[in-house]
Amino acid sequence: MSAMGDSGYRSLVDPEGGIVDRSIFVDDQIFNDEQEAVFTRAWLFVAHETQIPNPGDFFVSRMGTESVIVSRDRESKIHVFLNSCRHRGMKVCRYDEGNTTSFTCPYHAWQYGSDGRLLGVPQNLTLYPDLDKSQWPLVEVPQMENYKGSIWATWDADAPPFLDYLGDAKLHLDLTLDGRDGSEGGSEIIAGVHKWIIPCNWKFPAENFLGDTYHNISHESVDLIGIGPSAAAGQKGRRDADIAEYQHVWAAFEGGHGVHSALRPAELGYQPTFRDHPAVEEYYRKCFESREKRLGDAARLVPFVGTLFPNTSYHGGQPRALCVWHPHGPTSTEVWRFFLVDADAPDEVKELLRKYYMRYSGPAGMTEQDDMENWNYATAGSMGPVARRHPFNYQQSMHASSWEGPVAGQVSTQISEQNPRRYYEAWAAYMDGQSWDQIYSLGQQARGNGR
Amino acid sequence: MNQLPRTSAFFALQAEVADVLSTEAHLLDDRQYNEWLDFLAEDIVYFVPMQRNVEVGTHAERETTREGKDMHWFEDDKWTLTKRVEQILTGVHWAEEPYSRVTHLTTNTQIVTAEPSVDDATIVEARSRFIVYQNRVEYEEYYFVGKRTDTLRRVDTEIGWELVRRDVTLDQNVLLAKNLTVFL
Ligand code: FES
Ligand SMILES: [Fe+2]
Repeated sequence: MSAMGDSGYRSLVDPEGGIVDRSIFVDDQIFNDEQEAVFTRAWLFVAHETQIPNPGDFFVSRMGTESVIVSRDRESKIHVFLNSCRHRGMKVCRYDEGNTTSFTCPYHAWQYGSDGRLLGVPQNLTLYPDLDKSQWPLVEVPQMENYKGSIWATWDADAPPFLDYLGDAKLHLDLTLDGRDGSEGGSEIIAGVHKWIIPCNWKFPAENFLGDTYHNISHESVDLIGIGPSAAAGQKGRRDADIAEYQHVWAAFEGGHGVHSALRPAELGYQPTFRDHPAVEEYYRKCFESREKRLGDAARLVPFVGTLFPNTSYHGGQPRALCVWHPHGPTSTEVWRFFLVDADAPDEVKELLRKYYMRYSGPAGMTEQDDMENWNYATAGSMGPVARRHPFNYQQSMHASSWEGPVAGQVSTQISEQNPRRYYEAWAAYMDGQSWDQIYSLGQQARGNGR
Repeated sequence: MNQLPRTSAFFALQAEVADVLSTEAHLLDDRQYNEWLDFLAEDIVYFVPMQRNVEVGTHAERETTREGKDMHWFEDDKWTLTKRVEQILTGVHWAEEPYSRVTHLTTNTQIVTAEPSVDDATIVEARSRFIVYQNRVEYEEYYFVGKRTDTLRRVDTEIGWELVRRDVTLDQNVLLAKNLTVFL
């Protein structure tokens, strides 16, 4: 029995009234339904190509609750396979990463190539004289996209192509993946993916990264002590105040994506950000100038955070990373964070960023520890029968959005819960099994309704 | 194996180091964080890499994230560790406010090297095993279990030694905890 009532999941989400039912964060059946309705349809981030640079390299990732192998075959083509043997389902690869010519299943030793083809079946001639091996490869995603090195996949052959799926959110993902000097792409992963478990529903962190600037106050401890790259010079805060003077924008897009980016006022120049490290400061100042030359007025827009529906988030500036909130259970999330740097940045820049990312992010990160505590106990506090009778309030900046803002999309220039309102509206459309056309016209409808 | 000869001087030094590690554990468990910072050398390296599942034969190359290159749980210097303590002491670090209850058990302490010699050691490398138990708020329980290799330098303090380097192997792949607010 589902908790959704008679009128579908849309009855649990009221974007007009700014109300969302708590059950979507705690209910077992809703979690189970999400696996099919959301995670077998949406585009999901699985890896970065710099993790598998050579033929035969593989990285084992996740899509929803399921394990997948991201494999670069001998012809250097990248594939994404379900990590489950076609014979009895054994996980064919239980390594995190490596290099191989084939994946041999531990159970009965069916052997698959790095391109997924079934190559060998023990005692084939006697036991399976009629087996057509070409019919039993590893299950491969119907669509995969390598976008500026970031690898995405969907189980839905009918899903819009990746760039259509992103729509106007693309610009903001670009700002994250592109070079700090404005050049296209060129980012790489620092080896070592943070993986950890938060006792919370996966949508709490996904929502947070839509641009919950309102929760700044919860980071007071780290803001008081200062841990940014100018902290020794006396700068307080989690990071330097590089975008303090910028016009911040919160933008929601078709498909449920939402971002928080910032626009530099035209008269404002480079903001010192690495005062403890003069050589790094110099490098970033040069990047800033190159970016100005390359992009002109467009260089004024810089990324902060965003969530690409459903569960990939980014930190576009500092600490620059892609983050996946894997659903692990109704009240359990397995987080994977992939840290990004410009591949051509000097070693001392990479070194400084690596250290800064570590002290900021993840379970040992001084900033994010307090996020984890909040998501943990927001989930715990929503589980009881009485708690579930009382929905959450999403009415912040209810009528403060514009469709003619300084960036595309529905835009607020003040702190707003517009992005989660649109995100949960899209979530309900997925959950109710709506068509791609329906899901991707929700924004237009909202606009038509004056919302 | 190439281990130090088990002389009485060796056992005396080993007992002394085990006692130092117990003292350190007490400082942490008793929340004497500033006293704990005093035990850390100015040039300390506190290193807790991540552990991967990899194929036999590739462990040296792939199992552990590489110091100075990769992401880890911690690769901290004294400044960063001091910041961590300052943060706990702000009283608004919600991941440690209210404080967790933490107990460090250290065991299997063995001297691996002693310089210049066991008899007049000023630098020792010691390996040990640890269990760090954390109970948080009401129901949260975490066990952090693993291996330490510590480098200690003899100094003129009440403890008599300072910690110059700590290499921690934490026996987890996906971290089975939301946070690492404890010092390992
Ligand atoms: S389950 Fe893989 S060969 Fe049988
Ligand atoms: Fe946060």
